[in-house]
Amino acid sequence: MDENIVTIKDLHIGYRTFGGHVKVLNGVNLYVKPGEKVSIVGETGCGKTTTVKAILRILARQAVVTGGEIIFKGEQVLKMNKSQLQHLRGTGVSMIFQDPTSSLNPVFTIGQQMSAVIRYSGHAGATKSKIQEELAIKALQETAMPDPERILQSYPFQLSGGMRQRVSIAMALSTPREMVIADEPTTNLDVTIQDQVLRILKQRVEEKNTSLILITHSLGVARETTDRIYVMYAGNMVETAPTTELFREQYHPYTRALVDCIPRLSGGGVAEGIGGRIPNYLDPPPGCRFAPRCPKAFDRCWQEKPEYVNVGSSHQVACFLYDQSTGDE
Amino acid sequence: MKRLIKRLASYILVLFGLSILVFIIGRVLPGDPARQALGPRAPEATVEALKKEMNLDKPIVVQYGLWLKDAVQGDLGNSLLSRRPVTQDIIQYLPATIEIVILAGILMAVGGILLGILATKYSHTWFDGFVRVLSYLGIVAPAFVWAIIFILVFGYSLPILPTTGRLSLGIAPPPTITRMFTADYLLSGNFAGFKDAFMHLILPAISLMLGGMAQAARMTRTTMMDNSDKDYVLANKAYGVSENRTLFKYLLKPSMIPTVSVLAVDIAALFGNAFLVEQLFNYPGLSRYGMQAMLNKDLFAISGVVITLGIIVMVVNIIVDLIVTYLDPRVRLMGGSE
Repeated sequence: MDENIVTIKDLHIGYRTFGGHVKVLNGVNLYVKPGEKVSIVGETGCGKTTTVKAILRILARQAVVTGGEIIFKGEQVLKMNKSQLQHLRGTGVSMIFQDPTSSLNPVFTIGQQMSAVIRYSGHAGATKSKIQEELAIKALQETAMPDPERILQSYPFQLSGGMRQRVSIAMALSTPREMVIADEPTTNLDVTIQDQVLRILKQRVEEKNTSLILITHSLGVARETTDRIYVMYAGNMVETAPTTELFREQYHPYTRALVDCIPRLSGGGVAEGIGGRIPNYLDPPPGCRFAPRCPKAFDRCWQEKPEYVNVGSSHQVACFLYDQSTGDE
Repeated sequence: MKRLIKRLASYILVLFGLSILVFIIGRVLPGDPARQALGPRAPEATVEALKKEMNLDKPIVVQYGLWLKDAVQGDLGNSLLSRRPVTQDIIQYLPATIEIVILAGILMAVGGILLGILATKYSHTWFDGFVRVLSYLGIVAPAFVWAIIFILVFGYSLPILPTTGRLSLGIAPPPTITRMFTADYLLSGNFAGFKDAFMHLILPAISLMLGGMAQAARMTRTTMMDNSDKDYVLANKAYGVSENRTLFKYLLKPSMIPTVSVLAVDIAALFGNAFLVEQLFNYPGLSRYGMQAMLNKDLFAISGVVITLGIIVMVVNIIVDLIVTYLDPRVRLMGGSE
């Protein structure tokens, strides 16, 4: 149980809005093992970012956690006080944001910003500027940045998008961490740069044996980078399986539809996509949230929320089609 | 550096234009300055002689040319009121105003920015509301209203601060060094004198700066609140950077640029507002001198005061330019967006 770096159990998070309380996360379950690279795949607005922000407790002011727990190395994250949180953020988990243009401060040099991150890392001598500089240079070198000394003197606007995101990776891994969260780190990059940045990210976490949660809406990116995939739909993890297994066999109708959407070289043309769209979180369907779009939905799907069912050694799916335990027969 | 020189050149052009404007306005307005200066019973010949001395008998273009020729050599003509060279009057009165404006400027900038930061830190609490109300009060009530209120409160009800003049009765003025009394007392080691002179600055300075401080506080809070939603602030939080360090450093610096620009305008406005405030506090500064000059159509004094203020505004603008350049590396390294 405690071998996991992070475990999320039945997490419910909503947002207060003018329209009312929107129930976004609807009982999210997730775990990450040491050194494991996990991705969360899902449509825009399905709660991927909310889930990972909750791990660091950096949710927006309007967010309300209404249930569930987050356990980081045996400790309850949702019950941490300010200094425990600072410790978690400084030394345990770090995060790479989607858009390096906005996640780097425009008026401070890269060096100043990396020093600030290192200062709170608890690393030996982290408050000394010389050690900060050494660590920063080392981290930049490890992300294949040319001329790190010059980069440290530069401002973000003097670097290209790919370089900025490599700086973010260097920043996140400048001191040892248990886990790194990367929130769509390549979405805002040029296609040719995407691959390079992902490769560097993967290589870095493997070298340091750091766990990774990668958020992406691209199954291709997830397949290339991570060991295990969570498929998320409307605030639920609908299916999780090791990468190769998930691509071999999909159980949840949503996962299947997603995989079918990947264009193939060998004929078949472009897939149809999935009809309908993500439900309104103000008043979501009471049962399975995918039921309105699901081609195989039956009565029970509209009434109860499906729980995880084991369909393989570490392959789980939240769908009544595979749930033999309860039911009427 | 190149930018600075370019700026300087444009400011000198502006000054030139300003001098023409003031010169013409002073002379096309009705009223005979020479007659006004000499009084109604002065013989016509004396008035004519004074007009001749002031070059008022010549065409306006020639008048301006003659004035400019002297002005660039530091001779701004003679005041009709004090019967002394205007330059000498300015040297006497300007330091008193500078003293007030420096104090007001410091209070305005520090107070405004600090209130803005705190209102951000405690946003949506009673403190934020308090700063908001204070800001509205500062913005709606002009400086002279505050001056009157302060004089009433501190002159009658609660006499703890002086409300008139530069020094209390019986205190000897300091030796003339910079002509700023507080500085001169300090330089001559007279701390009792310094305290007295400083006390006399407090009320005029505060009534002058409240409006600007209110604006700066609002501007700081608004920009900081906007920026606090940016990813880099969230990233700081995610990396465990302490809240205060983020607030006072990583959030403050990018948020300062609009505030600094507003403060620049407000510091210039301090000189304008000083016209009434100095009058109310009976404070012998340049603004009060300028006021007298205008009421008496003392042409050369008016030009002198306006040009002096123009130069000061120019200097303030240059300083602000330098600060913005420091704050925003994009301006510094890319030549800025003009």
